[in-house]
Amino acid sequence: MWLYLTPSRRLLSLRRSLIQYRSITLENSARKAAVDKVISPFRSICGKDNVSLGEAIREQHGKDESVHRCRPPDVVVFPRCVEEVSALAKVCHDHNLPIIPFGTGTGLEGGVGAVQGGVCFSLRNMDQILNLHPEDFDVTVEPGVTRKALNAYLRDTGLWFPVDPGADASLCGMAATSASGTNAVRYGTMRENVMNLEVVLSNGTVIHTAGKGRRPRKTSAGYNLTNLFVGSEGTLGIITKTTLRLYGVPEAMVSAVCSFPSVQAAVDSTVQILQTGVPIARIEFLDDVMIDACNKFSSLSYPVTPTLFLEFHGSEHSLEEQVSTAEEITQSNEGSDFQWARDAETRNRLWKARHDAWYAAQALRPGCKAYSTDVCVPLSRLPQIIVETKKDLLESRLTGPIAGHVGDGNFHCLMVVDPNDPDELHQVHLFTERLARRALAMDGTCTGEHGVGLGKRVLLCEEVGPLAIQVMKGLKDSLDPRNLMNPGKILQRGEL
Amino acid sequence: MSGRVLVGVKRVIDYAVKIRVKADNTGVVTDGVKHSMNPFCEIAVEEAVKLKEKKLVKEVVAVSCGPQQSQETIRTALAMGADRGIHVEVSGKDYETLGPLQVSKIMAALAKKEDAQLIILGKQAIDDDCNQTGQMTAALLDWPQGTFASEVTLDGDKIKVVREIDGGLETIKINTPAVLTADLRLNTPRYATLPNIMKAKKKKIANVKPADLGVNLTSRLEVLKVEDPPQRQAGMKVETVEDLVGKLKEAGKV
Repeated sequence: MWLYLTPSRRLLSLRRSLIQYRSITLENSARKAAVDKVISPFRSICGKDNVSLGEAIREQHGKDESVHRCRPPDVVVFPRCVEEVSALAKVCHDHNLPIIPFGTGTGLEGGVGAVQGGVCFSLRNMDQILNLHPEDFDVTVEPGVTRKALNAYLRDTGLWFPVDPGADASLCGMAATSASGTNAVRYGTMRENVMNLEVVLSNGTVIHTAGKGRRPRKTSAGYNLTNLFVGSEGTLGIITKTTLRLYGVPEAMVSAVCSFPSVQAAVDSTVQILQTGVPIARIEFLDDVMIDACNKFSSLSYPVTPTLFLEFHGSEHSLEEQVSTAEEITQSNEGSDFQWARDAETRNRLWKARHDAWYAAQALRPGCKAYSTDVCVPLSRLPQIIVETKKDLLESRLTGPIAGHVGDGNFHCLMVVDPNDPDELHQVHLFTERLARRALAMDGTCTGEHGVGLGKRVLLCEEVGPLAIQVMKGLKDSLDPRNLMNPGKILQRGEL
Repeated sequence: MSGRVLVGVKRVIDYAVKIRVKADNTGVVTDGVKHSMNPFCEIAVEEAVKLKEKKLVKEVVAVSCGPQQSQETIRTALAMGADRGIHVEVSGKDYETLGPLQVSKIMAALAKKEDAQLIILGKQAIDDDCNQTGQMTAALLDWPQGTFASEVTLDGDKIKVVREIDGGLETIKINTPAVLTADLRLNTPRYATLPNIMKAKKKKIANVKPADLGVNLTSRLEVLKVEDPPQRQAGMKVETVEDLVGKLKEAGKV
């Protein structure tokens, strides 16, 4: 980036860097001294085996599944219960050490990078499923419980937790990033499905956002603290318990695939299906580049054209109705090759293309890494933004097959990029900024599911505006005055 | 031809639970620990229900031997599609020593009493890993057996079974009545849905005592001790091949 500045700008930038470097070095040595002091109290709180200074462990806990480089913490602790989390947080608070909560490390925005070093709280030892109430459709889980583990536990009860971001993520981590997934169109995202949280604040205080143990299906009691912490990405507190809304396992499922002559036709079908009130469970869009990649990767032979993958949940009777309504709509929008399947094996085969999309994209250019964009716009603007984005991809000569949750207006360009080519990396970076701004110009958001993390802080300011950012800053100051909770994420340094 | 299938289901500690050995080394901790249906029994139930859906059999009866809680396991089988259940009450000391020999005697007696055409069991239980009940049941009844089944096809009064064996797959054809044991790849068991769980509450579970079936539960086995596997020792890094050989010699491995 530095090479693109003029010589005088370079000098100014150099001077600023040197000053920053001096202050960072001072910060670093102060921090290292603090870290040395806390190791012994840490050990007495959670046991010697649960405090790690090892390089490999620290590196494991300094990165996630994004393209952001590893930023290891100074030390990793593995508390076993909320009392230990609180005690450890107090110690960090007393020594001004950053606190970074860590679930499964499956995030996509660099949220766990310890940009100012500090203490990573790996919560994997807190893995209990507590207080399942099948008649009330709720359950409380600790941060070490992943989505698949919960659904395996629930399998005999006829209940499930449907939010499915793809990875087998920690449920509390999903709450922290306000995760979503392929069936958000029917079941909602984490925002709609978290009923209560137990949170440890930066000074060790333990709060219950909706009151301890409370789980009414609805409430109008006081400020909505639960949804303040959902999506806070570890910058306001450590989530140590989440109470989740459960749903009945669908009696039956039908999957379908349909090809369309254009993006517009596919999106029009989506809008109409939703408007007729079909309670569609999943509606996924793959563009022609993506379908081509999937055909090559999984040896399939779908027509290379915009395609919709649909999934319906319900009773046998309602499924017949849903599928026939959807088929009519797709036909009226020039959809073709409508195939559907009822039994698990054929359904999996139909959807295989969608399931393998990530790998198929990477297989287009072996040796390259994949980075996913994440914008979300109102449904009516989706055809326009996809068409403009595809044009941009062609003009920039970038590889970016598109897969999207069209039912939500959310789509991902899976940018396949050579990590050793700085020019291409730069082009991708500029492209993603243009894409985000395109979405913002269409009343949308720069991040539908993945969060702000490290890479979208500037875009967040553009999205919500300076006044809302001031309010966010005020909340952050009040809950975490020393800026110890996951510093460097969501809000920028200059704003604090 | 009664068209009746007996499916054995066993209540075991859930596969996701971390097993802990009791302090007195007499067994593992079961109090307050999550239990569920043995995964291979789930596959057996699924296969029986699939056969009924294809109208190749008429009735699926789920059987479980154990204490009161075994009824929960039978209810799960009913929610998956079994028609009725039989709970063979075994508790206390008898339950602690209940093993494949006793269960196979019970299954054989029930097969005769219920005029069963087919018995489907899981290939083994995940708590004792015995892999004996199916085979013993077949022997007691003098019925053919299709064990480690990964594919089952009913063909008139015969059954074609594809078995998973060390060398690959073996296909056999056996007469009915027969005993089958389900292996992992036979099918993917369905989830119990809420409406089916509610319907299952109305299905009948009969209570039977082993004595009523003329079965003697005495065990010929005695558990002496249950202990944890040895703790994994920390490894050691060496700088050169000579060091490595030296250390191996010291440990008496070379």
